[in-house]
Amino acid sequence: MKLNELTAHELLDLYKSKTTTPQTVYEEVCKAVNQLDSKVQAYLRLAKNKPQSLSPSSPTGDQKFPIPIAIKDNICIKNEEVTCASCILKGFHPPYDATVIERIKKAGGMIVGQANMDEFAFGSSTENSSSGATRNPWNLNCVPGGSSGGSAAAVAAHETIWALGSDTGGSIRQPAAFCGVVGLKPTYGRVSRYGLIAFASSLDQIGPLTKDVTDNALLLNIIAGYDERDSTCADVAVADYTKSLVKDVQGFKIGIPKEYFIAGLDREVKSAVEEAIAVLKKLGAEFKEVSLPHTEYAVATYYILATAEASSNLARFDGVQFGLRSTPAAVRRSPIVDMYEATRDAGFGQEAKRRIMLGTYSLSSGYYDAYYLRGQQVRTLIKRDFDEAFKEFDAIITPTAPTTAFKLGEKTDDPLAMYLSDIYTISANLAGIPAISLPCGFSQNGLPIGLQILGKPFDEQMLFRMAYSYEQSTSWHKRKVAF
Amino acid sequence: MLSKDDVRYIGSLARIHLEENELDDLTRNLADILHYIEKLKTLDVKDIQPTSHVLPIKNVYREDKVLPSLPQEQALATAPNQHKGFFKVPQVIE
Repeated sequence: MKLNELTAHELLDLYKSKTTTPQTVYEEVCKAVNQLDSKVQAYLRLAKNKPQSLSPSSPTGDQKFPIPIAIKDNICIKNEEVTCASCILKGFHPPYDATVIERIKKAGGMIVGQANMDEFAFGSSTENSSSGATRNPWNLNCVPGGSSGGSAAAVAAHETIWALGSDTGGSIRQPAAFCGVVGLKPTYGRVSRYGLIAFASSLDQIGPLTKDVTDNALLLNIIAGYDERDSTCADVAVADYTKSLVKDVQGFKIGIPKEYFIAGLDREVKSAVEEAIAVLKKLGAEFKEVSLPHTEYAVATYYILATAEASSNLARFDGVQFGLRSTPAAVRRSPIVDMYEATRDAGFGQEAKRRIMLGTYSLSSGYYDAYYLRGQQVRTLIKRDFDEAFKEFDAIITPTAPTTAFKLGEKTDDPLAMYLSDIYTISANLAGIPAISLPCGFSQNGLPIGLQILGKPFDEQMLFRMAYSYEQSTSWHKRKVAF
Repeated sequence: MLSKDDVRYIGSLARIHLEENELDDLTRNLADILHYIEKLKTLDVKDIQPTSHVLPIKNVYREDKVLPSLPQEQALATAPNQHKGFFKVPQVIE
C-alpha cells in the first residue's frame, strides 16, 4: 500500500513506530498530485510555502499531526494566493491566516495546496470554477459534486490525506457522497469562520473531508472551538471527538423522514440507504418514520436567504481593496460607478452574477416582505420541524443526495435542476444542525453513494458514534479508486 | 413577470454592467427561479417570527485593549491601485 493511500490515523501509527516520516509522506502525496492531477484537476495551485513542520528551524505549537491537507480556495492562508476560484480575486494574497489554518499549522498540518471549487461556493458540481471543472476520480466523465468538489476529489484520489471544505447548503456533504469520502458540516458556530471568505454568513460552516470517520473526528478536534474573532462562533465546550468512536448504537432512536423518500430519489441510492438502515438496526438502533413537513420548501427558502446574504457579502468585490480592477469601455454613469460595474462584469462568472442579482432583487424595495422576510419566516418553520423531531429522536438518517454523481455538463444549462441536487442537504444549514455524509454503497456503474446522518445542535458526538458504528460494520470506506 | 428592463435595473443596483447578450439568458433563468420560489406563498406565515440566525446570539463584549493589527502597508498590499497610504479610485466628486 502506498503511503498517500493511508488514513491519518494509520500514518500517525507509522510515525510512532518510526516506520516513516512526515517528510516522506508529504513527498508521496506531492508525487501523487503530479501524477494524477492533470486528470482530476482537484487543485487550483500548490502551496508556495513548504510546511512549517518540515522546516529545520524550531516549529511552533505541538505539531502532533503532521498530516498533508488540501484547503478549499475560499479559506485565507497567509502569503498564498486565494481566489475563491474567481477571476475577481486573481492575485489576492491574504495578509493573515484563517483561524482554522492557524490551528492546523499549530498542530503540524502540512498544506499541500488549494482545492478547486465552484466560484465563491456557488454551485453543486465544481463546474462553476473560473479555472475549469474538477473531475470525479471514480469516473472522469462525472462531476465530483460541489462546491467543495476539489477537496472531495483530492481525498478520493489520494492526492491528499485530509481536506477542508465549506458547507452553506451541502457543499461538503454532497461532494463527499459523490466521491465516496466522509464529510462533516459541523453545527453552525462550532468552527470559527474567521478567514473564510463569506458566501452566506448565517449558513456557512467550515468542515473536514476525510477517508474515514476516525480521521474526520481527529480533524474536527483540531479546528473546532471558540474564537473571539468570529462573533458567531459559539462558546460551547468542545468534546474530544475520538472518544465517540465507539461501535455501539444500542437503543438509540433514529428518525427516517418520509418527505425524503420521494419521487426523484434514485432507485439504487434508495436501496443502499435502506440497507444501511438494516445494518444499524442489527446493531441495536431503533428506527421510526418521522415527518419534517416543511421539507419541500427548503430549497426555495435557501435560494432567497443564501443569495440575499451573498449579494451583500460580495459587494466588497468592487475593484478597490483587492483583486481585479477593470477599465470601463465607455462612460456611462460616473468614473467610479463605471469602474465598479466593469470590474464586476469582468470578474464574476455567470452563476455568481445570477445569485447576486437574485439576492439583490429579493432585498430590493417592494420585494423585501414577499421574498426575504417570508424566507426568514419559513426558515423558522423548517427549524421547528427539526426541534420537534429531536424531542423524540437522537438522529435522523437520509440519503445525502438524490442521485449519484451526474455527467459533466448535464445540468449546467439549467440552474434550477442544479439547485435541486441539494434537496436533502439544505435543511441542515437552515436549521443550523450538524450533519455527516459517509459512503454506504456503490451504484452498478461504480459510483459512490452517500448516507447522511443529522443530529442535534452541538451533538457531533452522536454523529461520529453512529457513523463509526456503521462504518466498522461495512467495508465501503476501504474501496479505493483505481486509475 | 420579470422583464429585461427589470433585470437591467437589478444589475444597476448590484453594480454589474450586463451586456445585451447576457440579458436574455439571465432574465429567463431568474424568472424560472422566482417562479419556483413562488411556492413559499402557499404557506401561512402569519405570526411566525423570522429567523435571521439559528443561535441564541447575544452581544459579545470584550476588554477595550489595544492589540496589534495589520500594518498599513500590508493592508494596502493587495489593492489594485494605491497612493501615499490610501486606496486610489477613479474620480468620485466633480
